Amino acid sequence: MTQGSEIRFVLNGRDVAVPDVAADRTLLDFLRLDRRLTGTKEGCAEGDCGACTVLVGRLTADGLAYAPVNACIRFLASVHGCHVVTVEHLSGRDGKLHPVQQALVDHHGSQCGFCTPGFVMALYALWMEVPEPSEAQVETALQGNLCRCTGYSPIVRAAVAISRYGSPAADPIRLEREAITARLAALRSGHRIVTGPEDNRSILPADIDDFAVCLQDHPGATIVAGATDVGLWVTKFLRPISPAIFVGHLDALKSITIEDGLVRIGAGASYSDVWARLMGHFPHLDAYWSRIAGWQVRNMGTIGGNIANGSPIGDTPPVLIALKAEVTLREGDRRRTMPLEDFFVAYGKQDRAPAEFVEEITVPLPRTGQIDAAYKISKRREEDISSVAAGISVTVLDGRITDCRIAFGGMAGTPKRARAAEAVLNGGSWSQATFDEAAGVLDQDFQPLSDWRASADYRMLVAGNLLRRFFLEHDGERAAPAGKVAA
Amino acid sequence: MDDERTPQDSEVSDRLTELLEIDRPIPPEPGLPEPVRSLEPAALAQAPAAAVSGAVHQNRVHDSAEKHVTGRADYTDDIAQPEGTLHAYLGVSKIARARLKGLDLDAVRRAPGVVDVLTAADVPGINDVSPTGRNDDPVFPTDEIEFHGQPLFAVVAETRDAARRAALLAVVDCEPLPFALDPVSARKADYPYVAPPLKLERGEVDPALSAAPRRLAGSIRIGGQDHMYLEGQIAFAIPGEDDEMVVHCSTQHPSEAQHMVAQVLGVPSNAVTVNVRRMGGGFGGKESQMNLFCAVAAIAARRTGRPVKIRPDRDQDMTATGKRHDFVVDYTVGFDESGRIQAVEADFAARCGFSSDLSGPVTDRALFHADNAYFYPHVRLRSHPMKTNTVSNTAFRGFGGPQGVVFAERMIEEIAYATGQDPLDVRKANFYGGAGRDLTPYHQSVEDNILDRLVGELEEKADYRRRRAQIVAANAGSTIVKRGIALTPVKFGISFTATWYNQAGALIHVYNDGSIHLNHGGTEMGQGLNTKVAQVVADAFQVDFERIKITKTTTEKVPNTSATAASSGSDLNGMAALDAVEQIKARLVTFATETYGVAAEDVAFLPNAVRIGAETMSFDAFVKEAYKARIQLSAAGFYKTPKIHWDRDKGMGRPFYYYSYGAACSEVSIDTLTGEYRVERTDILHDVGRSLNPALDKGQVEGAFVQGMGWLTTEELWWDDKGALRTHAPSTYKIPLASDRPRVFNVDLADWSENRELTIKRSKAVGEPPFMLGISVFEALSMAVASVADYRKCPRLDAPATPERVLMAVSRLKTKA
Repeated sequence: MTQGSEIRFVLNGRDVAVPDVAADRTLLDFLRLDRRLTGTKEGCAEGDCGACTVLVGRLTADGLAYAPVNACIRFLASVHGCHVVTVEHLSGRDGKLHPVQQALVDHHGSQCGFCTPGFVMALYALWMEVPEPSEAQVETALQGNLCRCTGYSPIVRAAVAISRYGSPAADPIRLEREAITARLAALRSGHRIVTGPEDNRSILPADIDDFAVCLQDHPGATIVAGATDVGLWVTKFLRPISPAIFVGHLDALKSITIEDGLVRIGAGASYSDVWARLMGHFPHLDAYWSRIAGWQVRNMGTIGGNIANGSPIGDTPPVLIALKAEVTLREGDRRRTMPLEDFFVAYGKQDRAPAEFVEEITVPLPRTGQIDAAYKISKRREEDISSVAAGISVTVLDGRITDCRIAFGGMAGTPKRARAAEAVLNGGSWSQATFDEAAGVLDQDFQPLSDWRASADYRMLVAGNLLRRFFLEHDGERAAPAGKVAA
Repeated sequence: MDDERTPQDSEVSDRLTELLEIDRPIPPEPGLPEPVRSLEPAALAQAPAAAVSGAVHQNRVHDSAEKHVTGRADYTDDIAQPEGTLHAYLGVSKIARARLKGLDLDAVRRAPGVVDVLTAADVPGINDVSPTGRNDDPVFPTDEIEFHGQPLFAVVAETRDAARRAALLAVVDCEPLPFALDPVSARKADYPYVAPPLKLERGEVDPALSAAPRRLAGSIRIGGQDHMYLEGQIAFAIPGEDDEMVVHCSTQHPSEAQHMVAQVLGVPSNAVTVNVRRMGGGFGGKESQMNLFCAVAAIAARRTGRPVKIRPDRDQDMTATGKRHDFVVDYTVGFDESGRIQAVEADFAARCGFSSDLSGPVTDRALFHADNAYFYPHVRLRSHPMKTNTVSNTAFRGFGGPQGVVFAERMIEEIAYATGQDPLDVRKANFYGGAGRDLTPYHQSVEDNILDRLVGELEEKADYRRRRAQIVAANAGSTIVKRGIALTPVKFGISFTATWYNQAGALIHVYNDGSIHLNHGGTEMGQGLNTKVAQVVADAFQVDFERIKITKTTTEKVPNTSATAASSGSDLNGMAALDAVEQIKARLVTFATETYGVAAEDVAFLPNAVRIGAETMSFDAFVKEAYKARIQLSAAGFYKTPKIHWDRDKGMGRPFYYYSYGAACSEVSIDTLTGEYRVERTDILHDVGRSLNPALDKGQVEGAFVQGMGWLTTEELWWDDKGALRTHAPSTYKIPLASDRPRVFNVDLADWSENRELTIKRSKAVGEPPFMLGISVFEALSMAVASVADYRKCPRLDAPATPERVLMAVSRLKTKA
């Protein structure tokens, strides 16, 4: 098959072709070291502070779409065919500040200034999508940006005022949209790309079938989707990831469809994709989703990756397990499907062969009478890893509980169902007493650990209380369709 | 000794006194141009601008704001590297304490790209970077490893990545030794103090405690805090000819870095130049902690003859550099039924880490602020600066003061719950003031207390009483969500307690085109110091702000500077710059009188112009004339804070020139099923005297509050049983987000306040004091917890009040209730 060996993309205004791109070369190092675009900063190199935020524009089924991402954990090879926009692109050639920049200046939005370019880029992305954002929208957009100086108030004040300084319609990125689209389309060769030194190889399959082939050729290769986990293997642990197969560009992996009461989520769909498409069907996940990572990570991280990496505290498995999700694995043309909970064998061990990849997750739409809830507990409310996460699903008929599925994260070495608690609830009456009893048997299901996120005692206490909260929130609403109740 | 003033001092002071007394009124609304001074019509013949831009008491954006937002502000890592630049990285210990028998670095040396490896044996001068000269802070240890994460050696390689990878290849031969991680286990293990402890005592404590109608004893643990400056530690050394070394770095204390580099290189200080353009945040974390990085970069640069940059990654930055001290405070307080304190005894044990660093003065300052705003008739406070096998803790905004204040406020809470009162009433009953109630535990009189007015105004503004009653009523009817409200005051002493640090220098050049070059010894870390000092200069010369070029801080221009710390930046450097301006102006006035035959009173600096008798000429033209007449247009300014003195052995003196005040009222809601919470509303009234720049000061207040709130809520340092810090990056260490700031956040400056002392334009320091406003959140959380036991018991929350601590406290109180 025809192969390419260069990573091509548009960097600000220029077409760039980079040969010999090592698998572990980060976009941030490329920008700062190779291009001396030093406006983009390294604050943490793990996608938690946002100082490295850049926009990556990508051709999607709906056209050119820009999203803020963390350049620190984004690999250079993964921006093939994309438009990378850094802070240097924003102010005009005449030196005039961009509306986002002027708003921040006028509102005293910078103090030390180190985080500022990252804030500029996140707010730029927000303003392009929502020119007149509410404070709540600003806060959600800034979950992935840390500022240690200002206390954020001046930044939020600036963010809601940007449109007083200019209109997104007049923004260069909007005006150049067609030209950039054409330039990006021209970069799409449909070829597989293999680049980087022998021991640090980057592979970009031509399409999903080619991905299956590549993985069979390189079983055990590192599959890199959003890189929000693999990025840290490199930046934090200096782990070799070669050969790395990059799949973030594969549209087929990103599809989200609903047919015959079944939601099919491509493993490469990002948290943002799912949030945009599925919350109408799973309203109980809306608030939960807003607590998963920051905007940049939600744009990069994928549902398939969150499952495949087998983290005991991954945010999506507990809620998906409660929803009766199944996972489809593929090796070559062979596929197998299993209940999601069965995928997690033990801590650090998943039921995936070296040449297999997670292709799809399916979730049945909720049936009438089904009550679902999703809870996340963390030290900081947002952009934090869970101490405890829970998905709960029950159906209540004539005051009796049936079809109870409860799964917890953070309580064991894997995301795990609370079978003993489920047994208490199944067939039990819808009452405080039943839920108290279920909470009381959680110690048969779990012996959690103490660590820096939470003590074992706290985890147990909270897990039980979440069952109680579930009852309290939904008591009195059983007759109504499951809705949200403010905590 | 400190009371003695040389003739020169009084001259400087008198001159400044005169200048300060002619201060002008604050404009009615910040940001509006100041009223035009009354001028004779003739003076306006050339129509000078009505007022200069960027004068004092005006809002002015940070001088680097445009560079910040465009990404064009250069931080140390952004400086273009000369060809041949090498990169260093630290190899660190994976054990908390051990006898160091040997380092096998062969594999490190053989790793790709490695050029050099440095160990203790390669330090050409003295192997010590202790900021207080205690010789307990080696660049690299020789005999004993003293904490998990301690730097043991450095690798120098062609790239940073190569150096990082190679640093992991060392084999450390060592014999594990028992270790103590926290002050309690350190005291049990009979660990030594890292610095001499302090005792502050006044009155007859034991009899007063015995005689008190009520007495209670308790203990509080107050956690530490990582600085989480967004820009990490970094140093970039460039070797020069002979023994010269230039170091670009991100330090709050360039002179100390200079002296440390000289010390480790074994060269005089005149060989070393340290440059700081700006820091991406400091907060105290770059006061002494940069010494190590500067030393390593400089030694490597000296050995290789090539420029060397060192930048740890975030994890190493957080594990290998010091933090805010955590404290365990044990206290006994005697009080009467009205809640008035009669006697206090408290012991402050701090986790200082393996070396002294700044722990002596930090633990001292904890005691200096253990009274916060309250008069203790009889008091005995003791510090216990404990050695521990952890990273050596260091300065952090407030410098031990916040821990002292948390203790004071905990005692107030204890008394309030014990006597069944609103804590605010207990606070007011104990404020300094009234006959015989103005003496601090260190025997300084509180003469400038404005808390009665300030707290009263905030109480009204925040509608505290009504809201508290509503909250109590609402809590009674709410099973899961409980609310709490607290109004807490802050009194904070301003000055370095090391008296000699209270000095500053500045260097100002006026070039013959009328442009002005400003340099001073302070460093810019985001606080807007450069902007404020430039405002002082613009105001004094009566020229537009834009005419002044603010340059990097460098030890070449101003020597022997103090750290930009202790909130002192504007107070000290503003005065030093003013002194320099006035020297130049005095020469210019003399020149005018001699040249144009007018009296000195007839020479006036108008906006961008100078009036000489009946004539007015532009500033530029006047400067050009002065230059041609060979007038020196450059001056070095100097300032030292008057009035202060401190006898540490006696525990008596006047360590502080003045106090800054503030108060905050916060309301929170907690979920009693999970312990999660939210800050619903905060109102702040804070005193910055007559603000040099209200917009920047307000930014400091807002930012400090959120940082203080973070310290006491979600920012938790957690060591595992091997002594490894496991919260070592923003993924595990959680500082506040935009969405964590109060849902309603009203911040005001007390615009009626003016410093009673002759500070720069009667302003007050702002960096640290508002940090302690965050304590209102901690106390409000405590009240919400207390509600589950009908406010009969003090919940005794430890800090930080993570959701876990809140839930566990709820659980504890419910069980006991």
